[in-house]
Amino acid sequence: MIRYLLAAIVLMAALPARAEIEIKEIASPQGTKAWLVEEHSIPFVALNVWFRGGASLDLPGKRGATNLMVGLLEEGTGDMDAQDFAREAEELAAEFEYEAYDDVVAISARFLTENRDQAVDLLRKSVVEPRFDKISVDRVREQVLSIIRSDAKDPDKIASQTFDALAFAGHPYATSLNGNEESVAALTRDDIVKAHQNALALDNVYVSAVGDITAEELGDLIDRLLAGLPENSAPLPGDATYQLAGGETLVDFATPQSVAIFGHEGIKRDDPDFFAAYILNHILGGSGFESRLMNEVREKRGLTYGISSFLIAKDFGQLYLGSVASANDRINQATDVIRAEWTRMAEEGPTAEELERAKTYLTGAYPLRFDGNGPIANILVGMQMDDLPIDYVVTRNDKVNAVTLEDIRRVAKRILRPEDLHFVIVGQPEG
Amino acid sequence: MRRLLVLVGIAMATALPLKAQEAVTDFVLGNGMQVVVVEDHRAPVVTHMVWYKAGSADEDPGVSGVAHFLEHLLFKGTDKLEPGEFSRVVSENGGRDNAFTSYDYTAYYQRVAADRLELMMQMESDRMVNLRLSEGDILTERDVIIEERNQRTENSAGALFREQRNAAQYLNHRYGVPIIGWRHEMETLDLQDALAYYEEFYAPNNAILIVAGDVDPENVKALAETYYGVIPPNPDLKERARPQEPPQTSARRMQFFDARVAQEYVTRSYLAPERDAGDQKEAAALTILAQVLGSGPNSVLAQKLQFGTQQAVYVSAFYSGVSLDDTTFNLVIVPSQGVTLEEAEAALDGAVAEFMQEGVDAEHLERIKMQLRAQQIYARDSSDSVGNRYGRALTSGLTIADIQAWPDLLQAVTEEDILAAADRVFEIDNSVTGWLMRPVTEAAEEGVSQ
Repeated sequence: MIRYLLAAIVLMAALPARAEIEIKEIASPQGTKAWLVEEHSIPFVALNVWFRGGASLDLPGKRGATNLMVGLLEEGTGDMDAQDFAREAEELAAEFEYEAYDDVVAISARFLTENRDQAVDLLRKSVVEPRFDKISVDRVREQVLSIIRSDAKDPDKIASQTFDALAFAGHPYATSLNGNEESVAALTRDDIVKAHQNALALDNVYVSAVGDITAEELGDLIDRLLAGLPENSAPLPGDATYQLAGGETLVDFATPQSVAIFGHEGIKRDDPDFFAAYILNHILGGSGFESRLMNEVREKRGLTYGISSFLIAKDFGQLYLGSVASANDRINQATDVIRAEWTRMAEEGPTAEELERAKTYLTGAYPLRFDGNGPIANILVGMQMDDLPIDYVVTRNDKVNAVTLEDIRRVAKRILRPEDLHFVIVGQPEG
Repeated sequence: MRRLLVLVGIAMATALPLKAQEAVTDFVLGNGMQVVVVEDHRAPVVTHMVWYKAGSADEDPGVSGVAHFLEHLLFKGTDKLEPGEFSRVVSENGGRDNAFTSYDYTAYYQRVAADRLELMMQMESDRMVNLRLSEGDILTERDVIIEERNQRTENSAGALFREQRNAAQYLNHRYGVPIIGWRHEMETLDLQDALAYYEEFYAPNNAILIVAGDVDPENVKALAETYYGVIPPNPDLKERARPQEPPQTSARRMQFFDARVAQEYVTRSYLAPERDAGDQKEAAALTILAQVLGSGPNSVLAQKLQFGTQQAVYVSAFYSGVSLDDTTFNLVIVPSQGVTLEEAEAALDGAVAEFMQEGVDAEHLERIKMQLRAQQIYARDSSDSVGNRYGRALTSGLTIADIQAWPDLLQAVTEEDILAAADRVFEIDNSVTGWLMRPVTEAAEEGVSQ
């Protein structure tokens, strides 16, 4: 029994590439919504089951609980221990991934048509009925502690964790979702069980599927998969207040190349200026070789191998960040150039030609993302979590094209704040 | 008893006749350039790649890093293209482009809308032979690759350790020299070095064109003849005969100390045969051996050392048979807290010795083969990865027939094949053992090495 909520058939017709995908929104007999693209040419399905909240749902003093819980989902369920579970997945050649992020617990799977039901039953056991037995908790805890200790000696990780700590003190975003050595060492089985109840429920789940499956089959699959999860997840945290002023924080670390994370507060995903900000960032420091920062810092001066900037719009806080790495005797030169470019862009905005080029790239590149069942399933679940309409894929390029030079110059002044730029530098800068 | 299990295995294999059905077409242009077309019509997208049968292991002594340096310089312009214009045009067409260098190949790719294929061919064929470089380009870009080395290698204890291990593994072969180059040689690379490499290796008869995506092979052929087919071959192209390793007759050991090490570990590598054209059986057995020993929670090493004695936080075995010359079979053990590197190494050796006595669990072997068959289905979700697989293999001395025979060769591997291959490869005189460590004083202060 499948109810079509929207018989939304979305034909993406964006030049130059005309990608045509048909996205259906369905509801399972029990009422869970999902987005589906049927693609029957290869006999497998890519499925995403994501839960909003993620590591931000860690309770006070229990940092790392959600992450450890997620790491334990495949470590035993019912009468199966970790090895039994892996053995059964291997027999089915089904692939399951369980990942905790700041705002989401992401469960992704791909399985063959020929044993789909068995694969889904197995996946359900891990998601709904994990065992969390002590021996597994202790083993996975050791793995997490090993990661925490490694991060403490990794200049990239030190830089981003330092920035987060300064930017969002007091909020879960301020600390690594892995937790720290003390918090993880202190986690009990009860904490893990609680984290499971808090993070995985029917009221915070988002589902997408792409591949060899019909709407009706997907509806049944979802109900079987989620049967037994609690109705309600834990309340979400409040907004994270950005607390960092302009300046520089130096973390002394003996390594030949300094690593810097820089930036200030960002912009919300649902802000009316988001598209203008997105294009602006592409021009300033977006991916590829064409950005101003890449040109000025790498191409013209050879000060780095890679530099980029990015808008981070989390559910409860936003950052506008960049990263760069330069030898200790050149990092100060690099940061000078970055400050100058940040200021120039804030004051003058991009040129008309830059805006046109960015639009051509962004609109042309968009359909290229829809290139496989896995990638499409990721896009579909992301759209749902961002609360975008199902026809967003058709209107998205129009929104990009609608941004005018006037808009983008206004937004440049609004969101680029050179006086607020804060650099966290890890290394031993000279001069 | 074992016979019965084998029969069960065969029954399962027959019940699941998963076939790859890769839509691959290949042909050779008049000037010797090989072309492979992978069709995938699900989205109107194409990946256009040119692979050169030349990598860092083809460099002359003294100019390490020049293959990779030249890869950067290929974005600097030709008679028809301004510096940076190549990437700008790709980007203006909504595409993305990049390049990568390895020991045995250098490859350039663009991912664009399928109707832009001709433009990509026009530009890529142009820079195959018409590169124009200035001294200024050279100096700035040399700074960039040195920063790249800083980022990838100098800033990572693990990467520096790997570099030293490779150097210890290969006494004579260029696989012992890092792809990015030794720093002191990179600092003196100049225009002449780059051009010498370019003129020797960049030619259609030393290149493979791979087009993967929403294309028609006939159309690709016509375009390839128009743009690549007109470039004359390099008549002086030499056979790829690089200095080979002498027989190794003594186990090599090293300890690498770095204050940035958070997690100490032990690696062991053995010189091992690679996949050779028409002769891939040993490599197939080693590929399955690596899976049996060290891939996933049910692998032999994980069972014994992670779940059993709990002496390891992590263990792994890996082998890549795609290589023009001798490759390595690798083992890694990351000890649990309180377990010394010496104990970890002994535990690893002990587990491998036990495995040689106990043999291969038939059901485990069958599960591995089932996964390999499924991988062929999953792989079809990405025509890019199919194209990459062909590119790597064809630049490593294999033929189309070898690539297509490989899945069946893996399925045909028996327990006897695996144990015989293990017996040949696990020769301690053929090995390098590395310990990645914190400096002694620091480790002692923290009381880690008891």
